[in-house]
Amino acid sequence: MKNPYLPLLMRTEKVVVETDDRDIKTFSLSFVKKEDEGNFNYIPGQFAELSFFGKGEAPFGMASSPTQLGCLEFTVSKIGVVTTALHNMEAGEIVGLRGPLGNGYPLEALKGKNIVMIGGGFGFSTLRALTNFVLDEANRSRFGDISVIYGARRPGLLLYKDDFEKWGKRADLHLYLTVDSGDEEWVGRVGLVPQIIKEVAPSSENAYALVCGPPAMIKFTLPVIKELGFPPEKTLLSLEMKMKCGVGMCGRCNIGSKYVCRDGPVFSYAEILDLVSDEY
Amino acid sequence: MKAKIIKKKDIASLLDSLIKEYEVFAPAKRDGLVLFERISSAAESSLDYINSKISPKQLLFPQTETLFSYSSTRDSTEIKAPSGEEKPQLIFGIRPCDARSLTLLDKVFDGECKDPYYVSRRANTVVVSIGCARPQTTCFCTSVGGGPFSTEGSDLLLIDVGDEYIVQIVSDKGERLLKERGFEDAGEDKVALTAIVIKKAEASIGPGVEADGLKEKLDKRFDDPIWQKLTEKCIGCGVCTYLCPTCHCFDIVDEAVGLDGLRIRTWDSCQFAMFTLQASGLNPRPTVKERFRQRIMHKFSYMVDDHDQIGCVGCGRCITECPVNLDIRQVLNNLLQLEGVK
Repeated sequence: MKNPYLPLLMRTEKVVVETDDRDIKTFSLSFVKKEDEGNFNYIPGQFAELSFFGKGEAPFGMASSPTQLGCLEFTVSKIGVVTTALHNMEAGEIVGLRGPLGNGYPLEALKGKNIVMIGGGFGFSTLRALTNFVLDEANRSRFGDISVIYGARRPGLLLYKDDFEKWGKRADLHLYLTVDSGDEEWVGRVGLVPQIIKEVAPSSENAYALVCGPPAMIKFTLPVIKELGFPPEKTLLSLEMKMKCGVGMCGRCNIGSKYVCRDGPVFSYAEILDLVSDEY
Repeated sequence: MKAKIIKKKDIASLLDSLIKEYEVFAPAKRDGLVLFERISSAAESSLDYINSKISPKQLLFPQTETLFSYSSTRDSTEIKAPSGEEKPQLIFGIRPCDARSLTLLDKVFDGECKDPYYVSRRANTVVVSIGCARPQTTCFCTSVGGGPFSTEGSDLLLIDVGDEYIVQIVSDKGERLLKERGFEDAGEDKVALTAIVIKKAEASIGPGVEADGLKEKLDKRFDDPIWQKLTEKCIGCGVCTYLCPTCHCFDIVDEAVGLDGLRIRTWDSCQFAMFTLQASGLNPRPTVKERFRQRIMHKFSYMVDDHDQIGCVGCGRCITECPVNLDIRQVLNNLLQLEGVK
């Protein structure tokens, strides 16, 4: 019987500081035992429980695409006990990993469809994974138009700058970056994500909208994409909740009878619309 | 169902011989409470009891248990899981409501994803229940699908008929336990006798809760302001969830000294604010109202969605032990009596 609580051992290969406040870092982790890598098959949108031994575990979406071999990437915001311990880590240190967990984005349903990805702030890591996945040579022809709308509070808080530079050069991806407020050097869009969606007005024809970001962004984004004609069935949300077990047993991440860890974290808006109102 | 007869005077010698083969847990008096304790002789057990203060679920799902230990240096870590080899255990004298709760825990821990700690312990456990001839006023098993002599979750069920117990053999495990011990088969007359005892006990249990269509009605009342009123006196102590035989929520924590440590699982409670508090400071269940509602909805709606069974066996511990006298039956009936709920 597989023990879902035993972590795989991972070695920290690289740490990238993403933001100018140094509160968000991306960790590249390699498998200590090479055979673990072959058994670790994941899709974008899935997550894993990372553990810093002695401090505990916390769930993070995989920020890397499965097409990227050798390492898994996790983007971690320094906010609690486990994340602070992770942030203090240097290359070479060992962490634990349990996963892949959760359902991930519905790749079959997305086949042949145009995809509009909408992300805000720190809530972009699994959309970054999906973007890199669909842009991979072997996959690109299986998907339609790709649009990415991503915003942060200010330029220094934008994640994944290397990716944006690469994506910006591609003709087969529409990239719209925005900040809530700019600075002297910023020449791009200024405005909140929902406002930019309105301006860009991506077509809902044959398309899915994928939304991942802070609760306030999601709240004001949903009516905008509804107005653009995206039905709740084709509006996908990646949700967050406090989690422990990650496999639907410990009882805390539910919204109604759906467990975010087991039944999600990706839900269509239609799936969760009826479950509850503004409360959990 | 096959049945045997065990004379009450033979129970002690049966237990003493079982103690040689199993770790036997039976109701025993400790510090003025009746608890399921490991006994080393039949004399330590106390079978004349109503129910244990703490539910015996802890024998399968302990209040704390080590998931694994680890030992680290700066660039390597070694993980060691417990061997899982334990002497077979026997729970003797569990009440049918608590035995029935194991069928729910089975669905949670032995479903699509398996919890190896629970599953191996459960496989290694024989459950012998004693039916309730004298249910209490706080018992409501019959209204939630059980009964004072329900056999669900048990391997053997003992029915007290005076000087002897009629033993219903529920499973192969139960049959093996009694094999070659020379107990007489129970004839039809004895089985007829148990029917009278069962009927009488069932009749003495109050109406409890109206479980028919309860889930659908609760789902419609999720946003009703009545929750605020119903939960006003709750102090969020969580005793209802700790003593509940079906509550199974847990936390996972690390306990370390230097670079060596243990990853431990402990019982947790949806009644605590920390249960869902996110590191960002956001808490989706910020007050007692949301947390109390989660407990009720989990048991009577979400469990039904997930496992097709109400997450309550009607043992009444949450009623008898609540420090502010909240009665789950009353709470449910208040919700059901709301206008417009059909």
